[in-house]
Amino acid sequence: MSPRPGFVLEVDRSTPPTLFWHGEEFSLERLPTGSRVVYGPEPLAPLADPVGSIRDALLHPLGDAEPLPALLRPGMRLTIAFDDVSLPLPPMRRPDVRQLVIEQVLDLAAEAGVDDVVLIAALALHRRMTEAELRHALGDRVYDAFAPYDRLRQHDAEDPDGMTHLGHTEQGEDVEINRRAAESDLLVYVNINLVAMDGGHKSVATGLASYRSLRHHHNARTMQHSRSFMDQHHSELHSSNWRMGRHIAASGVKVFQIETTLNTDTFPEQFRFLQRREWEWTMRDRASFLAASASLERAPVRIARQILHGVRAPHALTSVQAGEVEAVHARTTEHVYAQQRVVVEGQTDILTMGLPYICPYNVNSIMNPILVACLGLGYFFNLYTGKPLVREGGVLILHHPTPNEFHPGHHPSYIDFFEQVLTETTDPVEIGKYEESFATDPWYVHLYRTGHAYHGVHPFYMWYWCAHALDHLGAVIVVGGERESVRRLGFKRASTMADALEMAQDVVGPDPSLTHLHAPPLLLADVR
Amino acid sequence: MSPELPAAVRRAVGGVRRARPSGFPWSAPSWPGGVERPAPAREVGVDYDTDWSRRYPARLVRAMVLDNVTRPMTHVLATPTVVGREVLELVELPAIFVANHSSHLDTPVLLSVLPARIRHKTVVAAAADHFFDRRWKAHLWALSLAAVPIERHRVNRRSADVAAALVEDGWNLVIYPEGGRTPDGWFQEFRGGAAYLAARTGRPVVPVHLEGTYRILPKGADRPRRHPVRVTFGTPMTLDDGEDARRFGTRIEATLGVLADEAGSDWWTARRRAAGGTTPSAHGPDATDWRRVWALGPPRPDDDDERRWAIRRD
Repeated sequence: MSPRPGFVLEVDRSTPPTLFWHGEEFSLERLPTGSRVVYGPEPLAPLADPVGSIRDALLHPLGDAEPLPALLRPGMRLTIAFDDVSLPLPPMRRPDVRQLVIEQVLDLAAEAGVDDVVLIAALALHRRMTEAELRHALGDRVYDAFAPYDRLRQHDAEDPDGMTHLGHTEQGEDVEINRRAAESDLLVYVNINLVAMDGGHKSVATGLASYRSLRHHHNARTMQHSRSFMDQHHSELHSSNWRMGRHIAASGVKVFQIETTLNTDTFPEQFRFLQRREWEWTMRDRASFLAASASLERAPVRIARQILHGVRAPHALTSVQAGEVEAVHARTTEHVYAQQRVVVEGQTDILTMGLPYICPYNVNSIMNPILVACLGLGYFFNLYTGKPLVREGGVLILHHPTPNEFHPGHHPSYIDFFEQVLTETTDPVEIGKYEESFATDPWYVHLYRTGHAYHGVHPFYMWYWCAHALDHLGAVIVVGGERESVRRLGFKRASTMADALEMAQDVVGPDPSLTHLHAPPLLLADVR
Repeated sequence: MSPELPAAVRRAVGGVRRARPSGFPWSAPSWPGGVERPAPAREVGVDYDTDWSRRYPARLVRAMVLDNVTRPMTHVLATPTVVGREVLELVELPAIFVANHSSHLDTPVLLSVLPARIRHKTVVAAAADHFFDRRWKAHLWALSLAAVPIERHRVNRRSADVAAALVEDGWNLVIYPEGGRTPDGWFQEFRGGAAYLAARTGRPVVPVHLEGTYRILPKGADRPRRHPVRVTFGTPMTLDDGEDARRFGTRIEATLGVLADEAGSDWWTARRRAAGGTTPSAHGPDATDWRRVWALGPPRPDDDDERRWAIRRD
């Protein structure tokens, strides 16, 4: 049976309660009659022969690119960059799609007699990956062949000798990327396109860039003018990256882009209920839900977190494209839309969403309050094309415990940002005045370069990510959130969903319309 | 809650308190009015998948039940007398066992008299609408008797395909061509399924006549009564050159009639009557219901519980 498309349910009296994520736990909420629940399309069928499809894509590239074997020759410098641990979510079961692609690229390089090959994790300002994470993404075979000889590297945006300034775009934006990538005869970028924002010129222009370059589009103004950043035609973030990408190409950096899309088969069998529509839950789904929710609720948070971060998604490859960046990305975006797009008629007064335990920046880590805000207001709020799901001045209700808890190794600058910056202001534009001091703080730079810490400026980016939503919304209410954390974020707290709806009516008026974004599976609302 | 308890304990107890074992998800969800309810996936009847019942764990359980429960009970209830079982030494397996059908006891009796090498590699064609209409029944019969669902009221390609595939896969098949138990002890009209399967698979048919099971548990009875049973195996049959399934079916029916005659007389008498075309009809007299039952005659004289179990005092 072919997968069913996305669907908007109108809640009636016989609709069972709706599942909300609540951090490491779940909650079933009975939504008011007349509410809408947006369900994403079911996972698309995977490619029958992923390895064959990858090989085919490398041999038959899109755009004006030559087949990969024709670009490889003895004596050349080949760099293979790949997306970091932030993709996909949750991490996929082995073999990771990056491993499948990179192994084939390396096979071709070996056949062509290329000796000088370096792999680079395109971290941008993210934390460095651990050995286990690299092994998971690349496979043991690749790791063992490259890591011992310093041929497997992680992008270091603060390495003074490791970056190359390629000049400025026509709008004066600095373009500075990884030196090894810039000076290679061929840069192969291996991407995972989980959402429409990923990929394209953003892969190199962001993934291999420095703070000096990123600051031109990772700022409040750009985010406020990206409506949404999942919609390429209305995203300033996209436009800036495209300008930089074209400048990189014009500077002589030859990029062979390989993009992959995955289906939304997000959770394994024991968590299958998460991506099923509630009224279709079988006895097994209900038993799984009861068992999972009871276990997670009663386990210490640390254990619950460990269980959930141990989940490996059964994501499967639905397409692979290779060749010239823009031609590749146009085809990739079609595949992403085919998997995620749902048509929704009209906006809503109140938008609700349950936030899970994971976002791109806390894989194997803690979802701190800033990341909660970023996931809700940055990512989920922006899962639209056309118009936001919630009307201007509307209310966003998030479901998350929002504990005041930070991973000191991964997010050291977040702690100071939370304690020092958000206590002063939550205005994304105003916080910009503190950005430079965090970005250039030698301690944060040291931790970023030598430990597994996100760059000092990263919490600012998370807050900028919220800029469009903060600009658009009348109020943000967090159900079940920790009082002090929620207040620090500038949001309101409610104990229950009923309380939150009462509070929301103070903002949007009586008899509001309500829409719930049900994820997983991940979706992109095409609001008309 | 005592404040000195560890946080994990407080969370655990709190979780128990909050649990309300009623309503969704403790019970099945209701269906939203605005969502079209799809036709329920048929997982019973002819669509029931019995593959699991032929895997080794299920076969092991079935073998233990058949050998240690079903056979002893059958021998207590039916004390079967088996005639002609030696033909099974000559038949090329897998084979299709075709029998008349009088009682739910027919299958346990037949399986219990088959040699172990055949018994544990045999599936039974069972009415999909009766034995597979509920999941628990489907599980029970698939496990205990290796039953496979067969559509008996109309031609069903899936039923035929499943049965043929099993035979081709090396499984012996027990099938009752009457399609259901006799209401009065006499043969009913035979259907063509058994002959069709034999023609399709090229496997031999072993005709089996069961006499006496009707007296133990006839259709409509709610408890069994003990009665001796006679099981008569006929010579394995295969399609003759140029013979079609319909004619083969007629020949199977006639052979079972001869075996029924043999059960009521003796082998030589039955053979002579068959050769002379004077085999009595196993379908019984064309008369009203009580006369048909009357024509069956009295139960076998050793159907006497008191006598069987009486303490001989002399």
